[in-house]
Order: sequence, then structure tokens, then C-alpha cells
Amino acid sequence: MKIEVFESSCCKASNVYGLVERAMNESGVNAEVTKETDMVEAIKRGIMRTPALIIDGKVVCAGRVPEYEEVAKWLLGGNS
Amino acid sequence: MFKIFADLVVFDWLGLTPGDPFTTALNFFVYGVPKISLLMTVAIFVVSIIRSYIPPEKTKKFLSHRQTFVGNILAALIGILTPFCSCSAVPLFIGFMEAGVPLGVTFSFLVSSPMINEVGLILLFGMFGWKVALLYVISGLVIAIISGYVIGKLKLEHLVEEYVYQIKSEDVELHEPTFTERCREAKKFTADFLKRTVLYIAVAMAIGGFIHGYVPSDFLTAYAGRNNPLAVPLVVLIGVPMYNSAAGMVPIIYALVEKGLPLGTALAFLMSVAALSLPEMVILRRVLKVKLIAIYVSVLTVAIILTGYLFNAIV
Repeated sequence: MKIEVFESSCCKASNVYGLVERAMNESGVNAEVTKETDMVEAIKRGIMRTPALIIDGKVVCAGRVPEYEEVAKWLLGGNS
Repeated sequence: MFKIFADLVVFDWLGLTPGDPFTTALNFFVYGVPKISLLMTVAIFVVSIIRSYIPPEKTKKFLSHRQTFVGNILAALIGILTPFCSCSAVPLFIGFMEAGVPLGVTFSFLVSSPMINEVGLILLFGMFGWKVALLYVISGLVIAIISGYVIGKLKLEHLVEEYVYQIKSEDVELHEPTFTERCREAKKFTADFLKRTVLYIAVAMAIGGFIHGYVPSDFLTAYAGRNNPLAVPLVVLIGVPMYNSAAGMVPIIYALVEKGLPLGTALAFLMSVAALSLPEMVILRRVLKVKLIAIYVSVLTVAIILTGYLFNAIV
């Protein structure tokens, strides 16, 4: 599993990366996680809103901070 | 209903006598805050759901390679529903340019997005009525379409920073939320938004209430009334560098209109504060050369001033 976290310290302070780490620890799911704070990199990846989370190439959330439960669900059960 | 509530609180419960400035100011405040809060809650919730169907990633594809004019109209319309803060201007701009959205069309979007938003409109509707709200939307759209069109015709693509043209973005698959998910998100966003802005609006209502109660009526007529032709450009020039959202401005504008500021002048002031600000110009410098920012600001300022004159002439 490949997880990409995009966070830029813009309007909202967020810690999506922390949520992902916590979810990985608690669920025991192993994944390759990258964190990107440069907005230009996010745009190159096709996203225009941060914070955003891409799991295995699919944007599961953009422009909002997800709930911990959501992140855990994405890690365990795919995309929905 | 809200009027009755305000009268009940101020006159019956607090036992204040109608007429003196403090009571008038307090009544304005107690009347306005619950009314505006309720209207805003409903409006933000509904708009958040609509908005979830048109994320910017879709918008840019939709506007890509659009013809001028038709593209300007579409961009201005979508801009109404898109949230905007100065810091989202750069990613939106780069994303649009990269997707092949024409420069003028991108500008129509950049103008309408901050100038027309649901919060400002709800406040205008709640305090001035639907006619003024509608007038604001239509004139905002016209300004966004025309200024974007003019910028497009001027062929200013060379005044965009070169690196913007180097960026190539991939196509990503977006998660399409279910309706339940959209509602849940909208609820969360609305609660979040209210938490952040209620105090802010209360302060604006308090200032509005203060002006309402303490400033003599027709106070502004002498200085900024219709017979002063310089009033419109003057308030717009004051408003351009100012940074405030429409939400914080409307209660103050309302009180100023009460004190004799003509409606056209007031709306022009509101537009100039909402659409342009010094922080936004600084942020846009990351993607635009100074000359293009200057052209953008000038075109928009002139358009807003003309609209102000037009309204003062017809309303």
C-alpha cells in the first residue's frame, strides 16, 4: 500500500500525517507513507486542495481534515 | 419573528426604554445575530452539499480550452459556488493554467470567487432583502465576466511567471462520495465554519449596532451622499487594500446606508473589500508579474467604480 499525504501550512493547521501514523500503528497495516508540504508538488499530482490524502493512486480526501475513523477505514478496507 | 424576539429581550426582559442610543444599538444587535446565524447555518449547509459536486479538479477540466466569453461566463458562475481564501488563489491559478484554461477565463473565476459567496449573499438578503442580494450577484457576475474578458483580450500570457508553464500535472482518480457522506461533510463544515465566524459576525453586528444607535441619521449624506461625485472612487480606493470577508462587512455597510451612504456607493465598497486585498496581491505575486497584478487591480477597480455610479443612478 502506498499512502501520499499532502499538507501545506495554509489556512487550516492540520496533522493528517499524524492521523495516518496513528492508524497504521493501531491497525498494524504496513504502508509506504510520503509527506509533501509543497503546494506545487500537490498540483503536479493533480490536487488543488490541501490537506489531501492519496491511497494507492486514488484521492480519498482533499480540502478537508479527515476523521481518524475514516483514515483507519481507508487503511483497512480499501477505498469506500 | 426575530424583531419580536429582540423587542421582547430588550424592552420587556431588560426593561430598557425605546429611543435612547444604547437601547437602539442593543436592539439592532439582538435582532441581527440570531437571524443571521440561522440564515447562515442553512445556507452554508446547502452550499457545502452543492459544492461537493464541483471540486476544483473537475472545474479546471470543464473550463479547459473554453472559448472566451462563454468561458468567462461559466467561470464566473462556478466562482460563486467555490470557496476562496487568498492562500487558495495560487494553487487554483496554477491548476487552471496547467489544465489549459485560458488566462482571461481564469481571471473571471478569480474575481467572482471571493467577490460573490453564500455568506455575503445571505447577509445581504437578511439585512437588505432579496432585491439588493440579486443586484449584487448580477453586478458581481458582470464585473467578473468583463474584467476577465478584457484581461484575456489584452494577451498578457507573457506576464505570468514562466515556471507556471513548466508545471505538468497528472490525472488522479477522485473518490466520488455518497450522498450520506456529502451530508456528513457538509454538517461538519457548517459547524466548523460557524464556530470560527460567530464571534466575528457578532463583532461586526456590534459595530453596526453602534453606528445604528449613536451616529445621527443622514450623517454621511453630507460627506458621501449623491452630490459628491468623488464618493464612489474614494470608498473603493479605501476598500481595495482592505482585507475583510463579506460576512464582516455587511452589518457595517447596512448601518452606513442607514446613515445616508447611497446604496451604489455602499455596494461598490463591499465589492472592493471582498474582491481585492493587499495580502491577496502579495500572494498572487508568486505566479504573476507585478505588471499583470497592476493591470488586474486597475481593471477591477475601474469596473467596481463604474458599477457604483450605475447603481447610484438607477436605484
